[in-house]
Amino acid sequence: MNIFTLVWSYLKARPLNTAINILLLSLGIAVITILLLFNNQLEEKISDNAKGIDLVVGAKGSPLQLILCNIFHVDLPTGNIKLFEAERIAKNRLIKTAIPLALGDSYQGYRIAGTNVNYPELYEATLAQGAWWKNNLEVTIGANVAALSKLKLNDEFASAHGLSQEGHAHNEHHYIVKGIMKQTNSVLDNLILTNVESVWIMHETSDNPFLSDSSKNISTKHSSLVPSVLRTDSSKEITSLLIKYRSALAAIQLPRLVNSQSSLQAAAPAYETARLFSILGVGVDIMMSFAYVLILISALSIFIALYNSLKERRYDMAVMRTMGASRTKLLMSILMEGGLLTLVGSLIGLLMGHSVLFILSNILEQTQKAGITGLIFYSQEWIILAGSLILGVLCSLIPAIQAYKTDISTVLSGN
Amino acid sequence: MISVSNLSFTYSPNSEMSFPDFTVNSGEHFLLLGDSGSGKTTLLYLLGGLLRNYTGSVRINDVALENLSEHALDKFRGQHMGFVFQRNHLISALTVEQNLMMPAYLAGLPVQGERIESVLSSLKISDKKKSKVTKLSQGQAQRAAIARAIINRPSIILADEPTSALDDKHCHSVISLLMEVADQNKSTLLIATHDQRLKSEFSKKILLK
Repeated sequence: MNIFTLVWSYLKARPLNTAINILLLSLGIAVITILLLFNNQLEEKISDNAKGIDLVVGAKGSPLQLILCNIFHVDLPTGNIKLFEAERIAKNRLIKTAIPLALGDSYQGYRIAGTNVNYPELYEATLAQGAWWKNNLEVTIGANVAALSKLKLNDEFASAHGLSQEGHAHNEHHYIVKGIMKQTNSVLDNLILTNVESVWIMHETSDNPFLSDSSKNISTKHSSLVPSVLRTDSSKEITSLLIKYRSALAAIQLPRLVNSQSSLQAAAPAYETARLFSILGVGVDIMMSFAYVLILISALSIFIALYNSLKERRYDMAVMRTMGASRTKLLMSILMEGGLLTLVGSLIGLLMGHSVLFILSNILEQTQKAGITGLIFYSQEWIILAGSLILGVLCSLIPAIQAYKTDISTVLSGN
Repeated sequence: MISVSNLSFTYSPNSEMSFPDFTVNSGEHFLLLGDSGSGKTTLLYLLGGLLRNYTGSVRINDVALENLSEHALDKFRGQHMGFVFQRNHLISALTVEQNLMMPAYLAGLPVQGERIESVLSSLKISDKKKSKVTKLSQGQAQRAAIARAIINRPSIILADEPTSALDDKHCHSVISLLMEVADQNKSTLLIATHDQRLKSEFSKKILLK
């Protein structure tokens, strides 16, 4: 026999009351947990994916679209930009690295990105099998692409135009898989990487002019972004440039410089993702307030339950005092009862939150692609646990003080 | 041993209750007789330390209750006294056994399983050990309440109207049970009652008017 057995027996003696209080609280806690896990992981993914990219330069249009398309690969390109114009920007001494991206095609919904090896280096990607692409029409594919599309080394496939699986198929040329990357937990997992030239080949139906370009005149300077092309060639286009600054000064000068050129626009991922989160934040806030309402109701319900049960337990209290229980012991037992209720409720809530996200991540491809999992724990969950314990103590405070004040003789003589 | 001297208690400014001086030696059985409102329950609560702020002196086992702090009084009560009330007041959320564990736990004494066994069997309710108290008959509950009062081997058993709700047959058996367990544990027994049926059972009485 100890205080815990006593408290537990009291909770067990009112099973329905206890169950509804625990259920109410755990639902509120579960919603908060899901939002916490989802939000944290999304923010992590976003900052991981935007890591090392200070600025995206592309065609004019929505800056958010530019970011969504070129960093997260979830939107369509804003349009194309001339390679030689991009080249002029890339030469700027404020820029440390500039990575070209040529987008437009996909395979089974996985985007094909024409770029150079600097791009996988950005995410510290390594190979699981095979090699990096070297020649035209060779590709290296991300881990999720390999797992879900069942492409293997040396498999050939035709790309489709756009991002949907029903896009116009480019059947004239086939890509060949030369390598598969290890899991990076970044956008690379869902990408098919190749060189910029291959993307051009897919879209040039007649001859392959850039092949002849490269054989024309060796003395002319070649593009630093796509070495096979002459720097002066004005026919070639890419989708965007991913830029890393050399110094902080660039953050002030470069966007202005780019935006002043009529055909180009620059967008900073940090700024645009912050904007995106403030838009998403409204929905999250509504869900959060809903969760807090649930928790408030459960706190009220626990308070009422304890308050009422204490009326029935006045004699128990008085009799316990005759058996030597001090006022403080009674106070503690009521506080513990509230605390135990909310502790159990929040533990179940946390468990529910994790399970829901775990199940979602197993049945929904979108959450799988985004790399969201229910099997991750954040330190904020300790705050939830501690917070609910405090909540329990708070809503049992008034009943506990009443128990503390119980006058033995008045109660026992029935007045 | 109980000794009372110059004891008076005030519920409200114009209703002072004074009690006669008396002494009860250890192991004796006393009846505290009086009509309703004569203050016998008040006296019992004063002896049990359930009421404070009295004038005069209450000494139990040579300890003056008025000198104890509230916490020390709680502890003293838990270790030296057992209470039996008109209604059993068992804790309904617990089993019979758990109810019998409470006095030792609350008084800060070790819980002894054997003691619980022997008390239950001497009161013939061993088979109800694991039952919820809500499943007991009235007689069984009364015996469980007596078991709880004596489980810590208190030196004093204070009973407040233990028989007034019972018929003659049960009245007699409860009183003889109380006297029997009091003798077994060498406890002083003090029963406050207006129940005239008990008069014949006790030779020593304190009469309140």
